[in-house]
Amino acid sequence: MKRMLLLVLSALLVLSCFGCGETDIHKKSEGVMTYAEYAAAAIEDEVVVETFVQAKQGYWEDEGQGKVTLYTQDKDGAYFIYNMNTTQADFDKMTVGTKLRIKGYKAEFSGEVEIIDATYEILDGSYVAEPKDITALLASDDLINSQNQRVSFKGMTVEASKDAEGNDVAFLYKWNGSGQDGDDLYFNVSVDGKTYQFTVESYLCDKTTDVYAAVKGLKIGDKIDMEGFLYWYEGVNPHITSVKPAA
Amino acid sequence: MKRMLSFCLALALILTLCAGCHGAKRKDAFVIPDSFDTSKTYEITFWAKNDTNITQTNIYKKAIADFMALYPNIRVELKLYTDYGKIYNDVITNIPTSTTPNVCITYPDHIATYMTGDNTVVPLDKLFADPAYGLGGSELRFDGPDEGEIIEKFLSECKIGEDHYAIPFMRSTEACYINRDFVERLGYTVPDVLTWDFIFEVSEKAMEKDADGNFLVNGQKVMIPFIYKSTDNMMIQMLRQKGAGYSTDEGEILIFNETTEELLAAIAPHAGTGAFSTFKISSYPANLLNAGQCIFAIDSTAGATWMGSDAPLCDISEDKLVRFETVVRMIPQFETEAPQMISQGPSVCVFNKDDPQEVLASWLFAQYLLTNEVQIAYSQTEGYAPVTSKAQTSEAYLDYLSRAGEDSDLYYRVKLDATRLLLDNTENTFVTPVFNGSASLRNAAGQLIENVTKSMRRKEIVDDAYFDKLYADIRALYRLDQRNAMADGRAELGALPTMSKVLIGVLVGTWVLIGVYVGVQAMKKRKKQA
Repeated sequence: MKRMLLLVLSALLVLSCFGCGETDIHKKSEGVMTYAEYAAAAIEDEVVVETFVQAKQGYWEDEGQGKVTLYTQDKDGAYFIYNMNTTQADFDKMTVGTKLRIKGYKAEFSGEVEIIDATYEILDGSYVAEPKDITALLASDDLINSQNQRVSFKGMTVEASKDAEGNDVAFLYKWNGSGQDGDDLYFNVSVDGKTYQFTVESYLCDKTTDVYAAVKGLKIGDKIDMEGFLYWYEGVNPHITSVKPAA
Repeated sequence: MKRMLSFCLALALILTLCAGCHGAKRKDAFVIPDSFDTSKTYEITFWAKNDTNITQTNIYKKAIADFMALYPNIRVELKLYTDYGKIYNDVITNIPTSTTPNVCITYPDHIATYMTGDNTVVPLDKLFADPAYGLGGSELRFDGPDEGEIIEKFLSECKIGEDHYAIPFMRSTEACYINRDFVERLGYTVPDVLTWDFIFEVSEKAMEKDADGNFLVNGQKVMIPFIYKSTDNMMIQMLRQKGAGYSTDEGEILIFNETTEELLAAIAPHAGTGAFSTFKISSYPANLLNAGQCIFAIDSTAGATWMGSDAPLCDISEDKLVRFETVVRMIPQFETEAPQMISQGPSVCVFNKDDPQEVLASWLFAQYLLTNEVQIAYSQTEGYAPVTSKAQTSEAYLDYLSRAGEDSDLYYRVKLDATRLLLDNTENTFVTPVFNGSASLRNAAGQLIENVTKSMRRKEIVDDAYFDKLYADIRALYRLDQRNAMADGRAELGALPTMSKVLIGVLVGTWVLIGVYVGVQAMKKRKKQA
């Protein structure tokens, strides 16, 4: 009897040890691609990935169907999920860190690689990527390998943009200054002698956000640190989510 | 008995009043005031679309400033959009709360949906004809067109049912912007009138590659020879040219027919080879054309300033830009002798408000947008045509047209060629019927092409079974079956609400009691007489 009791208790101890072990949230389920497999897939291939929400654009409806665009990432790379059908209730559940299984098609629009016509499952698990400093990579051909990732830029200088009247300004509403408050903000920043155009995408960070206000407060020559997502439109076009004076 | 009858009548009256009051507050139809009250200040909102074009924004701002100088008691607040769809969504959202704009740039398809609200959009015919504040009216403080000076074809596009619910603001059509160098490199000559067969043939020829996978025609890894910006227009125009069904004026959906399937089946192989793609799938036609990655780019004439090596507006970096000769042609045709193309472009509607004076102020501003100053200035920003003969025949406008190619800005040749295309073909343009749901049908028309194109790119099988499913999916997605049922007058409206049932019961009961009462009284009278 004692032996039996000892055996049962031992078995329970072993099982509980397994139970206590942390699940690897990055472990891919059966049939799910690794990031490397996703990156190797051709445009128009069907893809299945497990990834974590890093940010989302605003919920909207088209013909009564809810839509969401997500910036997502796993520990190896990023996946931009464009205009995925959803509901308001699920949209609300897709907070930063939420794990999703996404099935859709790999697509490319003006250089931006994305997953379209996607469906999803909300899974257990949470992960928020640390922004990767890619300041030194900006002029590099390798930059595209970080496409859509949560990134940071350090010590960049605000350069002049030309407004509608040809004046030098620190930012524009829309790419050419044709917009107004609430529209996307565009601003030029430089590092190592090269200038890049960055964007505050209003569907991601609207005019009530800190970053929108921070960009409106920029002055030419300011040194700033930024965070955002490495979006692409006919070349690198980061969607900036944070702007602070350079540390 | 009399007490019972009185009680029933009173109950019926109360219920009738309650039922009538239930639901949304009705907005009274607009009645034109005798005169405009200049002693009060009116603040009106103007929701407009620009094409991410700063000059257009500035023209709107100048028009507002000039108008407010003429009417100091009217304040106009501008809200800009870059997408008609977003204006539409915002207006729809604001109708239930009566927070629509006063004046709105829009499409008749959209107005038809706005009109499902109660007196939401102002019918304009009485305003047109008003001797004081109507078109060319005696009390206007500006030189606007009279009704006969609005191009009849464009004005008729704003008619929904028996009334005009908008005025045209600008008109455009679609054009094919062509890299002539590539066409000739492939051994062809650009004809005066393109056919669909010609475009697809040249496009397939352009898909030939060298041993390294570069396209022979451009030496690049990317080439989409034929790209279409607006696939809804593509399908609509193809159907029209074929004389096939799209919809009736009453809103019956005809698009799911054999010709549509034949057209989709004809497009499919070119989507499969990559010779054809769409804006939604690949990119802006102008970006591909200007990078030497496209030969035939079909887009609005209102997109002409983006097209070509010297385009004043450009979205790609200089190192990607290639030099080539751009030629402009009408969209491809099935019958070159009888060309047909879409008429599009913004119109302006006026929303109803509780204060008729506010509506009159809105109408004055809407009408101001038809003055030569606004019409000519705005039309010059893109390949737009002014909507009034007053502007089209003015000395300033004729001078503008005569100076094509003088520079790459105001007189940008491609833009002026695109404008000429519309001016020369106004009688060859058409619009689709407008009804509540026509905006959805338009979206469905484009989605058919988008889906087939995607499916072919994904190596799916596109056969009869595919089309059956495609039609069913699109019908469901855009609720087009419900639309047909409504058009047929066979809509299943469901059971009557309980309140209505009670009301009808009480009314029937009351009439029965009245009948009984009258009968009893008659019998008593007879007895007395007897």
